[in-house]
This record gives sequence, structure tokens and C-alpha cells, in this order.
Amino acid sequence: MVNTKVTLSGITLDNPVIPASGTFGYGYEFAELYDINILGSFSFKGTTKEPRFGNPTPRIAECPNGMINSVGLQNPGVEKVISEELPKLAKCFHKPVIANVSGFSIEEYAYTCALLDKEPQVGILEVNVSCPNVHHGGMSFGTDPAAAAAVTKAVKAVTTKPVYIKLTPNVTDIVSIAKACEEAGADGIALINTMMGMRIDLKTKKPVIANKMGGFSGSAIFPVAVRMVYQVAEAVNIPVIGMGGVSSAEDVIEMMLAGATAVEIGAANLVNPFICKEIIEDLPRVMEKYNIKDLNDIIGGARK
Amino acid sequence: MKQSIFTIQSNEKLTESVCKMVLAGDTSAITAAGQFVNIQLKGFFLRRPISVCDYDENTLTILYKVVGKGTEAMSQMKAPHKLDILTGLGNGYDTSVSGGKPLLIGGGVGVPPMYRLAKNLIAEGKHPIVILGFNTKDEIFYAEEFEKLGAEVHIATADGSVGVKGFVTDVVKTIPDYTYFYTCGPEPMLKALSDVTTTSGQLSFEERMGCGFGACMGCSCQTKYGNKRICKDGPVLVKEEIIW
Repeated sequence: MVNTKVTLSGITLDNPVIPASGTFGYGYEFAELYDINILGSFSFKGTTKEPRFGNPTPRIAECPNGMINSVGLQNPGVEKVISEELPKLAKCFHKPVIANVSGFSIEEYAYTCALLDKEPQVGILEVNVSCPNVHHGGMSFGTDPAAAAAVTKAVKAVTTKPVYIKLTPNVTDIVSIAKACEEAGADGIALINTMMGMRIDLKTKKPVIANKMGGFSGSAIFPVAVRMVYQVAEAVNIPVIGMGGVSSAEDVIEMMLAGATAVEIGAANLVNPFICKEIIEDLPRVMEKYNIKDLNDIIGGARK
Repeated sequence: MKQSIFTIQSNEKLTESVCKMVLAGDTSAITAAGQFVNIQLKGFFLRRPISVCDYDENTLTILYKVVGKGTEAMSQMKAPHKLDILTGLGNGYDTSVSGGKPLLIGGGVGVPPMYRLAKNLIAEGKHPIVILGFNTKDEIFYAEEFEKLGAEVHIATADGSVGVKGFVTDVVKTIPDYTYFYTCGPEPMLKALSDVTTTSGQLSFEERMGCGFGACMGCSCQTKYGNKRICKDGPVLVKEEIIW
């Protein structure tokens, strides 16, 4: 028997597999396909203070081994998320869930986090300072250590639950931003969000995405994510959730060797809705193959 | 929604750019005409959403247009190649509101879903009038198949090489007593139909999709009844809810 249990800030997960925000909705579509309670947890659709439709379409462009999205934080707003989505979610998922939060000002982050913090279903607040798809939005907080620290402090001041800051890879020095968040009181770091990308249609000679640019995700970005998780995990003393192009049990183990305590799966859910189930089922086999008895033994193993 | 493996039984060209593929597999998740399937292709990250033309217990028929590298790769596939397909996607058309004499209007690659819809309506004892629009004679496909179902078929071609010279809307204007309309085709055609039709109707929309099953919000649109995902709450919207 192998041990797949891992612990994030006192919350024990049956396994480190977590569908990433924006690729799993509120879980309902996937709950029709399999019992999503096998997941370690999941991070629900990014929530803002006000309802948002998001960006104009087309919002999706295909890439080699990946895709660009420019959804732009479409969500019904925190009040409706709490009154309508969370009760429905509670029927299909019985474990602590990760609430992903975005904002356009420090006050908005604090407002939304304070409301979600009161919800018993919420285990962790994942604060997205990294959305590439909204102007003057999250990413501007995630590209400056002082701004990221200010968001962290403001959220920590109004919450009781573990706060993980989700970082963007679209920066020169991600380590300095992660450290600033840690110093400001973050309980953990989640990375990476999507990388800024663009495609141009040869027929129309115009960008495929209506918003011109968007966030590039999928297996193509996995090596970049592994590198950044490795760098951040080495520099901070708080848990790291690794994500970016993960699409197999082998990728989960590689991400953990780089320093991740848990691993989020994003774009792969959109192509294979069963991918998280398949990874969870395959994990013990791959662990045995590589002589791993306990996943906790390999966290950051590549650095030792 | 169901994920299953289908086996290509045949794959042939109907016109220069439109192909017909018949696949064997589990079709039990398909519940209505106007739904679509999402096909995984080796070497391409995203699946390809294609409307269902027809199906029975264990076969699926799709008609698809070669528009890019993915559909080009599909057009080269031969039996018994296997494909991973998500089936039963989208809401499809609701036939309960059709009345006795509904119009079914397909433009170009919007024609395929009209086939199963016509079949269903005829089985329900209704008398659908089918209007098919194409650019020119060489691009026409499936007109005979609709006739074989026993439907009244009108054709419009932009260059007048077959049928009425002009657009499907020109044919619609000549039919006085239809009870409802169903359509699928390019968005300018849908808009024009929404303007000229005198009854309510259901219109099927296209959008670039991420997942095809409602998870990513990639294909959202705003309607008078709130935000909708084309892949999950659509692709069929009713005339009254559409914001043009």
C-alpha cells in the first residue's frame, strides 16, 4: 500500500490531485461523469465581488499542446456564488473546497474573501493575483512584490482560513513575489497561472482571440511550471501548490519532486473530462514503479 | 454526456469541402436533433465539435466541412480508424412546440442537424418544409436525402445555379402559413431569418469552444434570459432570447 495523503495548512487531502479554477466550473458537469469526492479537493471558478460576463468571444484559441483562453473571470459575483452555487456544490462534493478569488482593488479582494471565509465548505482561499485576461485586474497585483504583499495582508486581516496566493509566471522574478507574499502572512503559494500568449488567424490576418491576447495553458507549459515551482519552493517555507500543464500521474510526481505539496490540473480537464479520475487511479501504480511509498517523502526531492 | 470510442465505418466526400463520416459506437447519450459531438484528434489539443446529422442505436453520422488542419486530418481518416468522442452535448431542438408545418432552414454546413430534425418531426406526424441554402450547385449536399424522408424541399443558391436565386430568406418570404422555424447556419443568415420570420423559432449558434461541456465558459454569450454557454445551454437558442 502506498500513501497518497498530503496536508495543506492542516487540511489533509486523500491525494494531491486538485482540478484548477476555471477548468472545473463548480463541479456539476464532472459530477455527472464520476464521483468527484475522489478528488483531493477542487478549486472553483474564480469569484469576484460583482457579477462579470467576461470578455467578448472568441475567447479560445488552439495551440500546439495547449490552448489560449481569454474568458475574463466570468462569474455570477460572490453573493450569488454563496447563495446559489455553493449549496448546489455541497450536494456533489463533501470535502473542503478551494475558493478562488479575484479582484480589481485591494478592498474588493478583502470583501470577497471575507464573505467566502465564513462558508463552512471553504477549506482554503486561493487568491488570484495573476489573471492575465482583465485590464487593471489581478495580474497587476501579481507582478509587483509590494502590491502582492498588500493584497495578502488585506485578505489575511479579514479571514481565518488558510490563504494561498496564486501567482502569474508573466514576471521577471517570481521568487521575489512569492517571498513578499510569505512575509505578508500567506499560508501558501499556488503557481503558475497561464502564460500570456497570442495566435493570429492567417485567413483573417487578425488575432484569433477577440481580446487579442490570452492565457496560454496545457502540457506545453509544464516545463516552465516545474521550473518556477522548483524556484519558489526552494525560496519559501510555506506549502506550494504546483500547476501548469499537468496531465498525468507522472507529471504530478514530477511537480511534487520540484517542491509542490499538492498539484492542480487545469486545461487537461477540458480535453479529457476524466483526466483527474484517471490520474488518481494511476497514481499508486506510478508510485510503485518509481519506488515511492509515501508522496510526502518526495516533496521537493529534486532539491535534496 | 458520454465519452466512448467510435470506429469509422465510412468517410467520403459529398462535395469539394464537405465530408460524410459514419461511425459505430455507443450513441445512448444523444437525446435530441441539434446536439453535437466533440471529437479528439491525434496531434490536436482541443476536440473538434461537430453537429449530429443522424444516429441510431449504434451508429453516428456526421457531415463536416474541411475548414482547417483538424477537419483536414479527419477527411483523410479511413475505416476502421478509432476516435475518442464525447456524445450527447448541447441542448438540441425542442420539437414539442413546432406546430404542424414548421420550416427547417439550413445554410451550408448548417444543413446536417436539420436532417435528424426533419426525421423526428415526420415521425411525430408533422409536415416540415425544408429550405437549404448554398452558394452554388457544386456545394449542394443532402437535398435528395431530405426528399427521401418525404419532406417538401426548397433550395436557394446565391448564384441561382439551382432553385431560387438568392438566400434562404427569399424562400421563407414565399411560404405563407408555416407554424414555427428551426435553423442552423452562418450568423448573418440566422440574423436575417430572425428578422423575416413571422413566428417564433429556434436558432443554432456556433462559437469557438474550449471543452464543449460547460466547464470553461469559453463560448459564453449574453441573452435576454441571462448568460448562456453555447456548448451546454445552447447551441440552440429561442428567437425571443437572442440579443443581436
